[in-house]
Amino acid sequence: MTPDVLRILPEVVLTVTGVLVMLADASMARAASRRSLGWLAALGVVGALCASVWQLALPAGTAFYNTVQTDAFSVFFHVVVCGIVLAAVLLSIDTLPADQHHLGEYFALMVFGAVGMCLLSSAVELLVVFIALEISSISTYVLAGYRKQTAKGPEAAIKYFLLGSFATGFLLYGIAMIFGATGTTQITEIASLIPAARSHSLVLLSFALLMVGVLFKVSAAPFHVWTPDVYEGAPSPVVALMSTAPKAGAFAVLIRLLYGAYPTLHTIWLPLLWMVAVLSMTVGNLAALRQTNVKRMLAYSSIAHAGYLLAAFAGVGLQGIAAASFYVAAYAAMNVGIFALITVAGGYEEKRALIGDFRGLVYRSPLVGGLMLFFLISLVGIPFTGGFFAKFYSFSTAMQGGAGWLVLIGLVNSGVAAAYYLRFALSVARPAASGTHAGETPRLGLAVSLAVGLAAIATLALGILPGHVLDAAHAAAQSFAAISGF
Amino acid sequence: MGMDGIIVSLILATPLVGAAVILLLPERGKLAAWAALFVSLLTFLLTLHLPAHFVPGQSGFQFEETAPWLANPLIRYHVGVDGLSLWLVVLVGLLAPVGVVASWHSVRERSKVFYALFLVQQTAMVGVFVSLDLMLYYGFWELSLIPMAILIAMYGRNQTEGGGAHAALRFFLYTFISSAPLLVALLWLYARVGSFDYAVLRGAIATGALPAGPLCWVSLAFLVAFAVKVPVLGAHGWLADTFAEAPVAMGMVVAGKLGLYSLIRFHVGLFPVQAREAAPWMIGLAAIGILYGALLALVQKDFWRLLAYGTLSSLSFCTLGIYGFTLTGLDGALLQTVNEGIVGGALFVMLGFLYERYGTSQIGQYGGVARKAPVLATLFVMTGLALAGLPLLNGFVGEFLVLSSTFTGVNKGWAVAATAGVILSAAYVLQLVQKVFLGEQSAMVAGQLSPPVSQQGFPSGARDLRGGEKLVLVALVALMVALGVAPNTWLEAMEPGLKAAASVANPLKTPAASPAMKAGANGMGGKR
Repeated sequence: MTPDVLRILPEVVLTVTGVLVMLADASMARAASRRSLGWLAALGVVGALCASVWQLALPAGTAFYNTVQTDAFSVFFHVVVCGIVLAAVLLSIDTLPADQHHLGEYFALMVFGAVGMCLLSSAVELLVVFIALEISSISTYVLAGYRKQTAKGPEAAIKYFLLGSFATGFLLYGIAMIFGATGTTQITEIASLIPAARSHSLVLLSFALLMVGVLFKVSAAPFHVWTPDVYEGAPSPVVALMSTAPKAGAFAVLIRLLYGAYPTLHTIWLPLLWMVAVLSMTVGNLAALRQTNVKRMLAYSSIAHAGYLLAAFAGVGLQGIAAASFYVAAYAAMNVGIFALITVAGGYEEKRALIGDFRGLVYRSPLVGGLMLFFLISLVGIPFTGGFFAKFYSFSTAMQGGAGWLVLIGLVNSGVAAAYYLRFALSVARPAASGTHAGETPRLGLAVSLAVGLAAIATLALGILPGHVLDAAHAAAQSFAAISGF
Repeated sequence: MGMDGIIVSLILATPLVGAAVILLLPERGKLAAWAALFVSLLTFLLTLHLPAHFVPGQSGFQFEETAPWLANPLIRYHVGVDGLSLWLVVLVGLLAPVGVVASWHSVRERSKVFYALFLVQQTAMVGVFVSLDLMLYYGFWELSLIPMAILIAMYGRNQTEGGGAHAALRFFLYTFISSAPLLVALLWLYARVGSFDYAVLRGAIATGALPAGPLCWVSLAFLVAFAVKVPVLGAHGWLADTFAEAPVAMGMVVAGKLGLYSLIRFHVGLFPVQAREAAPWMIGLAAIGILYGALLALVQKDFWRLLAYGTLSSLSFCTLGIYGFTLTGLDGALLQTVNEGIVGGALFVMLGFLYERYGTSQIGQYGGVARKAPVLATLFVMTGLALAGLPLLNGFVGEFLVLSSTFTGVNKGWAVAATAGVILSAAYVLQLVQKVFLGEQSAMVAGQLSPPVSQQGFPSGARDLRGGEKLVLVALVALMVALGVAPNTWLEAMEPGLKAAASVANPLKTPAASPAMKAGANGMGGKR
């Protein structure tokens, strides 16, 4: 019998780290540099990462009265989330101004947010899902408005907070409805109780409400409107985190809901998700084409990527889960990488935020510019990068599920996407116009180098030797299936 | 021979390793260029191993290597060479040192990046020719776009106006978007057959078990992707801009062989039935393309654009040969693909030298260069005549095979049209020679005018070819003569691979046409 607390060991490690960071912050001299707190947070995240990997040794099972479950699926997402948070913390250590107030809280919030994001992937009880979502969201609401001195920072935070709470409200209503219909909020029990539900329309309503809540969090169209404004206003290291980690958690919830709670509604949610997928890709890519601000462009691109990912659900059963999980990992690697480099090259104050501002970057700093090109190539989806295999796997699953038209739309979309990624890449690769101020050479500190290196190695490894991660994704899907009876 | 089992991997890996090493070298003088020259010569030597140990007449692939890469989806590292790809691999190997020499003086800044990407491009191109797993092939196919686009953007000629970036974007989008349906088609095939292996897919399609309707679309997706890359008339929108902007070493390899090879191997080879249905359209496009390209070349004021349309015209010859579905035609098409690589490459290099010396591509500014640079002029005239199809030079054999097979085996009308294109090609080449090299020396050439687009720091004006440049160009011209005088040596090795392609497509017409035609080509019978 495994003690319950071991099932939430990564969350425990993260929570303790967060508390330690806050305590240390309070006990430090006012003028002292808070950088060391960042390293402390990073250490804690590494600990949580190790703890999640160690959980693989546990027999798959639930804890705390069937509210939390550890299996290969939860471990997969824990590792992804911890990797993202680690990179984001490292990135912040070097790029945030040292004299910034509340640097201690900043790192603590990142770690506390990670608790929620991790918990999302192991929660199998809708109320725990709700709590995890709130833990994750509230810290990102605060982090989004961290640049208080700019006008856009607080605007981003308020927008994100208002719309986010609204979406969480939908989620909560959905939970209430399904509880009313089946008398349980336990994901695995819902599936077996749906056929005997008191009212079928109540079940449908609950499903619709839950979907609104979750699709908002993954910023899929038509629930994407908040994304560009929030990404533009939030500090770049925070965007690196919030464009990937909470989404990873939310996708985990989506998978648990679709394949765990509502597998019987398969015929209803499949066409619905296809529509969302097509809409997300198309809206995201077409809007991104017209952006001049790099962060807004990448915000729309993240909407499009949510669409590519959702295409994986067209696959039958386990294949779809594996493909979606792989996509989450690959997207996280390349997106964290590109945002890290944008932070480095654009500066924390974001004096350089437009596509044209990055002109000549390759010449100012071949390393930063070259890596930027590499991540962009991966986002385009060129072979031998993680972005290619993510798309390939997602689309080939959809093709095997018989959705050839979806694949065609997706690939035409990635052609359109190539246009704006390339516009940015060409700006980076073009010599600066003579007579303009060249801008200073971006510097890579130790922590940033670690973060960027982590992302770059992950992206390259996923492109050349994706086998191991594919296996892990398959194992994740398998373990998941064993519980939910697929 | 122990090397046979790894030779293809060696050819693939050498430029890649070389690129990594060059990136690690310090940026000092010509160090990167020397390293690139060494690596590309080494790669060329390695490619020569292939024809040396190739067994002509043996059907199937040789020098095969296979290793698992991914289990699910099943993608294998499977490479090999047959008569079809043999000379193309050697051609890539040959053009690499030429490209390095051509860039020797024109690439002066950030040469590390340039040569590293240049070598990655080599690997990608060889990869396209040797991949026998379609997913691997697709990987190299897409990979080949990246160094090309970056180099056009970074080293494009008109940086101040941003022309390089636009040309790069245009080139990339044309090829990338058109290859998206190709990936859909590959995934569809995989979903049905469960393999990306060339031989397996070919067998599965040949059984006729796959539904005909979707298969037609699949073959169309293949055709479109390749036709854009060649480019075939109608899909050539990227060509002129790319030629006008691309650095010489990239421009000489951007068009032609990748697309033409893919047409033969993966369109005609995999979908013989559907390819036959598409053939009348392709033949029509090719014949019109020959005329259209030549006519446009005739009126260009800029020599890069002239070369672009001339290339469109000569590539259309290859397409014409492929879709005639006769062995002679395919022979001619493949030979013409190699010819185009050599002749087009040489022209590109020589125009690059002119551009480097005078800083303009406006034909009207030139005149009487021959007196200042007699060696360059002589070599240019010989190359130009090879392009125009003068007997005893390589262009003649290829064009003759294509034209005669079109005349006897396909359609007399199209053959006549294509022959008119040959005459036009002589016209635009000779016109170019006359305006640039002959006649009165223009003010610019005489050195009374400073060059309009000043290439900072270039020793402008009168200099004939330097030692290395001379060596490379003389070698290329010698090769043109060799290919023109003794074409059979080269043709023999290609035969089995082509025979396979031709026989599936057209079991009846193949055997009879071949020997007589080749005898005609060898005997240098006049064609006009």
